Amino acid sequence: MSELAQPEQPTQQQQPTNEEPLEDQDQEMDEGEEALDLEKIKLLPGATDDGTAASFQIIDEDHTLGNALRYIIMKNPNVEFCGYSIPHPSEAKLNIRIQTYGDITAVQALHQGLDDLVKVCTHIEEEFSTKITQRDYGTEEP
Amino acid sequence: MSNIVGIEHDRVTNTVSTDFPGYSIEANNEFDIEEFKKKFQINISYITERTANFDLIGIDTSIANAFRRIMIAEVPSVAAEHVYVFNNTSVIQDEVLAHRIGLIPLKVDPDTLTWVDQTVDEKDRFTDDNTIVLSLDVVCTKNPNAVPGDNRAENLYRNSNVYAKDLKFEPQGRQTETFEKNPVVPCDPNILLAKLRPGQEISLRVHCILGIGSDHAKFSPVSTASYRLLPVIDILKPIAGSDALEFQKCFPSGVIDIKENGEAFVKDARKDTVSREVLRHEKFNGKVKLGRQRDHFIFNVESTGAMPPEEIFFKSVRVLRNKAEYLRNCPIGNLN
Repeated sequence: MSELAQPEQPTQQQQPTNEEPLEDQDQEMDEGEEALDLEKIKLLPGATDDGTAASFQIIDEDHTLGNALRYIIMKNPNVEFCGYSIPHPSEAKLNIRIQTYGDITAVQALHQGLDDLVKVCTHIEEEFSTKITQRDYGTEEP
Repeated sequence: MSNIVGIEHDRVTNTVSTDFPGYSIEANNEFDIEEFKKKFQINISYITERTANFDLIGIDTSIANAFRRIMIAEVPSVAAEHVYVFNNTSVIQDEVLAHRIGLIPLKVDPDTLTWVDQTVDEKDRFTDDNTIVLSLDVVCTKNPNAVPGDNRAENLYRNSNVYAKDLKFEPQGRQTETFEKNPVVPCDPNILLAKLRPGQEISLRVHCILGIGSDHAKFSPVSTASYRLLPVIDILKPIAGSDALEFQKCFPSGVIDIKENGEAFVKDARKDTVSREVLRHEKFNGKVKLGRQRDHFIFNVESTGAMPPEEIFFKSVRVLRNKAEYLRNCPIGNLN
């Protein structure tokens, strides 16, 4: 159970499939000199000039992140529309479209959604680890 | 209550979640972490060595499904990847044997290994930090002390069956210290790998590395991870007498109980498997309503043995958080 007392330092990033270059997935948030991943998320054409509506393409992601992120972004009252699609199942690309009512930009809505998702996950982690340490559950299958 | 997914005899109703702002005038479903914290609950039913059964209440399907998908496909674990065969005179072909060895779950804590850097040259790629080496050396011989009359292979020959426990851990470099307390063994020692007869021999070396389930199913740390929604049984009109006994028979034992006055009531809906048997009987038409609670997830996580099941769930929450944090800090480029 030593995992549960671990500090916020992340466990290994998921390994991409063998043919992808390795600079993709590791070392993001810590040392600033590490290479930024320029391929991960891109702005697709079709954005409005003031940035209140935009589509993003995220690579190496699928419904796991797409649906969860869409749900959180939809809960933002400034967001008029949020949807995601996977253009082709053989390619690991995720398209997300965000349209807002005008008070915030789509990029802000995306960042807000990601921050909220992080908060949700952090809370679930803490709650689960509290419940585990409380130990009031059975250890046998009924 | 719009929180209940209705179950009719031929379809499911009210499946779409409506907790986003703007859906209804009264409900403000704006995302608020404090509101979420108030609504969210975890109840653990039981945790054994290989199984964990717990309830997550108050989250949406998309998040629960994300955890389930990550547990199956994106929590890293260790499995055999490269098998170097020196000698294999058994009837099991090299590639079949290698495939079987790869599927054996190993009792290795994935945090003790690092990822193999694929860009490094092959001769420097596997280090004591990222590879576990196992070896398998079995020779089948005739048993000189065979009991006459007993024609079973275990009696007539020595080492006629090759089991997973015959894989020997060869600690490399620093691994002699790091793995001293917990040497690498398969989680289930009695997995049959091959059958041999006298004169046949298998001699090979295995390199085991870290991987994720989406690459190959052998890297999946769970035999399965699934969730179901909490069933809801609403008795609209009272059911009493012999009808109540028949009603009780329509559900698994423990779900429906009968009060002293003969009326049936729902004792424990969680035990119900929602077979909808009750909807097949005309006499209960209109008296009962079946459904599922849309935000109450009963997770069942079965580990293959490498990690305890609660740790797998813990890691899956971490992985989702890391995905979101990583994406948050990525610069948004332009498609060109």
